[in-house]
Amino acid sequence: MPVVDLATVPLRSLNADLHKLPQNTNETHWTIRNPGGKHALAVGLDAPVTVEIEGHVGYYCGGMNKEATIVVAGNAGVGVGENMMSGEIRIKGDASQAAGATGRGGLLVIEGDASARCGISMKGIDIVVKGSIGPMSAFMAQEGNLVVLGDAGEALGDSIYEARLFVRGTVRSLGADCVEKPMEAADRTALAGVIARAGLSDDVSPDEFKLYGSARTLYHFHVDNASAY
Amino acid sequence: MTASLKPMPAAPLSDMPATAQTTPRFSATFDPHTISEIQRAAATGIYDIRGGGAKRKLPHFDDLLFLGASISRYPLEGYREKCGTDIVLGARFARKPIHLKIPITIAGMSFGALSGPAKEALGRGATIVGTSTTTGDGGMTPEERGHSQTLVYQYLPSRYGMNPDDLRKADAIEIVIGQGAKPGGGGMLLGQKISPRVARMRNLPEGIDQRSACRHPDWTGPDDLEIKIEELREITDWEKPIYVKVGASRPYYDTALAVKSGADVVVLDGMQGGTAATQEVFIENVGLPILAAIRPAVQALQDLGMHRKVQLIVSGGIRTGADVAKALALGADAVAIGTAALIALGDNDPRLEAEYAKLGTTAGAYDDWHEGRDPAGITTQDPELAARLDPVKAGRRLANYLSVLALETQTIARACGKSHVHNLEPEDLVALTVEAAAMARVPLAGTNWIPGSAGF
Repeated sequence: MPVVDLATVPLRSLNADLHKLPQNTNETHWTIRNPGGKHALAVGLDAPVTVEIEGHVGYYCGGMNKEATIVVAGNAGVGVGENMMSGEIRIKGDASQAAGATGRGGLLVIEGDASARCGISMKGIDIVVKGSIGPMSAFMAQEGNLVVLGDAGEALGDSIYEARLFVRGTVRSLGADCVEKPMEAADRTALAGVIARAGLSDDVSPDEFKLYGSARTLYHFHVDNASAY
Repeated sequence: MTASLKPMPAAPLSDMPATAQTTPRFSATFDPHTISEIQRAAATGIYDIRGGGAKRKLPHFDDLLFLGASISRYPLEGYREKCGTDIVLGARFARKPIHLKIPITIAGMSFGALSGPAKEALGRGATIVGTSTTTGDGGMTPEERGHSQTLVYQYLPSRYGMNPDDLRKADAIEIVIGQGAKPGGGGMLLGQKISPRVARMRNLPEGIDQRSACRHPDWTGPDDLEIKIEELREITDWEKPIYVKVGASRPYYDTALAVKSGADVVVLDGMQGGTAATQEVFIENVGLPILAAIRPAVQALQDLGMHRKVQLIVSGGIRTGADVAKALALGADAVAIGTAALIALGDNDPRLEAEYAKLGTTAGAYDDWHEGRDPAGITTQDPELAARLDPVKAGRRLANYLSVLALETQTIARACGKSHVHNLEPEDLVALTVEAAAMARVPLAGTNWIPGSAGF
């Protein structure tokens, strides 16, 4: 049960120690004190351990995470969980821009609000935001599920591919080629699964959400789409 | 006298000799290619997309000459005295810098744009001569990692296929801001080449026309880039050299900002640098020729005291050892080749002329790489076409070509009295045109005039 105080231990040393952990490590629970908004905290982890961070983190916390569970008792800066592959990242506070950007797997839960470009270029990650998300979220989103219990800002899902966007509240506006879609049984099952993994089954029902996804009209270059390019 | 001033009676048209008519005159402004482009646009309603780099005539290395040795400086013996070509990249911050035997690397080209055998051939050829290859906008394939001894992993705006395991397997990381063919533009791969495997690697539906992002999704500007570089270094435990690649547009400031952001290496790509697919209007009208970009970039490194500490790799139109030597003399540490490497593999081979004719083109002009019907089997995802390229033989051809480039570079360096190709300097060069003299900041041949420098 290591406890690391970043007021005295260099970030480099902490990340190096976390990278050295084997798959079957006994040191499965780490507590990080005084994170002080440092960037690149707990990035590139590759073992099934839990890292609890007692405070705010800077840019790219948990970037490219595999298998680890990272809990931030505070707010997160730009690009939290960027390109994560698996595991779980939970932010107790708010998240800045580009939360979960390009993520390919795993679960990112933001208990507060997320800023602009949440889930940009997401590629398979599941993102749950208990609050609201900012403009241009899920831009060019390719795969995965973005679940928003609050509202979404302007241009949601602009140029979206096959990701699914579930929003409970209002959507300020939809981006190019993003449309509301009927929720099929498979979509509902996927949504219920993500809600359950986020531990929110008692708080919300899949029936409260609307589904947004790609109209697939920009998938091929065509003269009639000239205004959208 | 007066009789001769009388106008000749008009002859009937049928009697007019053929020489009385002028030859058809094409407009310099509306030349045949331009007219065909207007006709094509009117017929299709969509811009022209093609592969390759700028095809227009540009000031280039051809406009420079070396002075060679003379009474005041003496040359090295061609085959007896050593002339080094090795290079170290990434010693500024990386714990494991890259050592290459020659200062000529293979530029980033994706699996997707190129076939699997073509990527394998690049790896084989580069490995034989001791240099590196680079992934592209589509992730790292096991074949490529397996056949390339030194592999640079590109970190692009799209992040297709990006994952930490491949990042840790790479020998260096290249953060791509832009490329010479399209500074400010994202990647493009048309549906014909989004095969099931390519689609899976990129998390895209099969067969769609892919338009990659042109900006990175999670950082904006040099202050963010510095933090992004810190993150990549932390993920890889500060082992890997980190390159920053820019298309030539504002080379002084881009180089300075890349250095400020913590790059180990700056890669600068001129507008002659190729692309797998981009709008023709973009390729031909945006960016700088590499000749105009090297000196401002070197100046930025010198002003920051980082020349030779942060290495500069330049690309875009490198064809011969003379081009390599000129780029190095202007202050670059290495060059990268893309188009020339594909030609060495077998692209635009005249022996395939009949097949090029079927595609409405001719050997030497084939640039519809985005269509995926390459008769040489290089820029395709069609399994039958791809199988035409023998990766072992093609790799050998590339190795031969790279060896020739290195030998030619040494030949010029020795003639200039240099014991290492990096000792070439601007003072070894003169320019044949005023434009080249101004861009390369070397004197017009036979004068001491450098346009734009003090006194004029």
